[in-house]
Amino acid sequence: MRFFEYESRAIVAKAGIPVTKHGFATTAEEARQIAEQIAGPVVIKSQVLTGGRMKAGGVQFADDPEQAERHAEHVLNLEINGHMPRGVLVDSKAAVKHEYYAGVVWDGIRKRPVMLFSDMGGIDIEQVAEDHPDHVARAHFSTLMELSDWQAKQLIASLGITGSALNRLTPIIARLAKLFIQYDMTLAEINPLGELVDGSFIALDAHMDMENEARGRQRPLLHELGVGDEETRQAREATPFELAGEQVDAQDHRGVAGNVTEFDGNLGLVIGAGGGSLTLFDAVRHHGGKPANYCEIGGNPSVRKACGLAKLVLQKPGVDKIAVMMSIVSNTRVDIVARGVIKACVELGYDPAEKIAIFRIPGAWEEEGFKILDKYGVEYADRSVSLHEAARRAVVKIQGNASA
Amino acid sequence: MSILVNADTTFIVQGITGREAVNLTRECLDYGKGAKIVGGVTPGRLGRDVHGVPVFDTVAQAVEHHGAPIDGSVVTVPPAFTKDAVLEALANGVKLIVIVTERIPRGDVAQMVEYASERSARIIGPNCLGMIVPDVVKMGGIGGPAKDAAKSYSPGPVGVISRSGGMTTEMSSTLTAAGLGQSTAVSIGGDAIIGSSYAELMPLFEADEETKAIVIYTEPGGRMEAELARYVTENNSRLPVVAFMAGRFMDEMPGMSFGHAGTIVSGKEDTAGEKIARLAEAGIVVAEEISDIPQLVKERIGARA
Repeated sequence: MRFFEYESRAIVAKAGIPVTKHGFATTAEEARQIAEQIAGPVVIKSQVLTGGRMKAGGVQFADDPEQAERHAEHVLNLEINGHMPRGVLVDSKAAVKHEYYAGVVWDGIRKRPVMLFSDMGGIDIEQVAEDHPDHVARAHFSTLMELSDWQAKQLIASLGITGSALNRLTPIIARLAKLFIQYDMTLAEINPLGELVDGSFIALDAHMDMENEARGRQRPLLHELGVGDEETRQAREATPFELAGEQVDAQDHRGVAGNVTEFDGNLGLVIGAGGGSLTLFDAVRHHGGKPANYCEIGGNPSVRKACGLAKLVLQKPGVDKIAVMMSIVSNTRVDIVARGVIKACVELGYDPAEKIAIFRIPGAWEEEGFKILDKYGVEYADRSVSLHEAARRAVVKIQGNASA
Repeated sequence: MSILVNADTTFIVQGITGREAVNLTRECLDYGKGAKIVGGVTPGRLGRDVHGVPVFDTVAQAVEHHGAPIDGSVVTVPPAFTKDAVLEALANGVKLIVIVTERIPRGDVAQMVEYASERSARIIGPNCLGMIVPDVVKMGGIGGPAKDAAKSYSPGPVGVISRSGGMTTEMSSTLTAAGLGQSTAVSIGGDAIIGSSYAELMPLFEADEETKAIVIYTEPGGRMEAELARYVTENNSRLPVVAFMAGRFMDEMPGMSFGHAGTIVSGKEDTAGEKIARLAEAGIVVAEEISDIPQLVKERIGARA
């Protein structure tokens, strides 16, 4: 889950890393008050969870509180990449001499966190790494032993930095690496990390991304920041259809029938499990089909849950038919999914044989499942029909339907 | 022959009294020659038994009862307790750990993997179904109940490595139907950081004379496929590799995760398109459909014979 810049700054400051004097405002009036307190030139920055805000006009410079108020008014109402800002950050303009980069990420191959440091800050670090590899230093560190300052020092010194700059940077990078571990981050980045005219260092911007799986144990931090339990903070905000999918999955704790993502096609998908869903979604598109949604079934959900998911997809505007398909199941029961999807059709007043383009779930309890499908005249397939072939049959059926 | 496990492998099930673990224990006992499950661990349940397997409070008690070092452990405890369970197993000399649990934060996984490496032990998973040596033994929920696993898996020359548990079975079933059995099939897990990657299992398959080819299932996210491509190139591997890449649609949706936690695309190298290119450079063919895999494998085994 991503944090807004104002939250990221709070996390950085909490870890003992200096940040510029700033405030968060949700109204232009508040922005003016913060600018008055700062008593100097300020930067008004849109608080959105998307990139490109500078280009979109979401960052404005103001010399006095009145100008700050006017700019805030504008930025607060400016949509960026489909996102309305949460508010604005009113930041004091610092006298920066040089910009550095500091970041911590996971390395999935080495299976360790890695500190990244560059003396070319303020721009995209991947670009710097590509164009000026000798200006990016990296150091992996252990998660068993607590990080020690020398590890940060060695990283910074490897770029030829010495003197008081080295001694002032060392605790900042060490603290960043420690907060990365402490708060289960997947990205902790200060860019730019400014060296001021007086030789001190200060975080001018910060990006933090936290592991979704750690939300439970990081609840104290999230509450402190005012992040609500219901905020998903994904790359795209959940649609009402997707939220309804979450509700279906939350009905009971047995298995999964959810992870719904909305698309705009006419073929509703009731698919699983993780890898099977990815394969099937590709397969439907490969054969020219237009999925109405992505979803996942797995871990043996109840009839009620399978029924709820099928109903949700069937009722989505524009959906003509559904395809019920999974890779071979060993835990989820075929008969339970079959009962769930048939129940959904019947309760909505549809003929299952008409609405279910194909049912392809082989595996545990398949004989029982196929018996039920036979009874309702639903076309089904066993493991001798591949995932791609099942997807193709569903697409052919729905296309025949559309042209009829 | 096989990798990782064989008929003699002894293991315990940590969290054995949980609903899923009880089923998993039954399945492993029933499959092939019958797994040597020498104990289970659930704190506070000392003295019970699950399908005849004695339950202990600690791993140390299980080792003492067995009277010899225990080879492996299947860990199926809730995410908040997984790290502790794995560290306990490692500290008590267990060398092969299958972590079934999903939704474990990366920080915990990194600690478990680092400690395992210090103890010269190996972790498979997390978020995986374990491994199966057809007709011999299975360690984990892979393939499901013994009678279902028997429908999908058969002994033969193909090593299977998959980031998806379900797709391990789907691919193996397709191979079996085409007359191609498996030497060992390993579900390695769908998370961003896992104990054993494709490249890390390759040397084991290289050393296994029965294995003649490798089939992998892969997804967007992470750099594990690039690591495999590098391994195959640098080591001039004797084993042809056939890959299947799911989730190609995700390339159009950066920052979103589908299917497994590890699938998030955070850079160009993570995309399906880039990975297919990396694999192709290393001579690894990427099948368009699962049903194309058997023919591709047969051609490649034939070419190297």
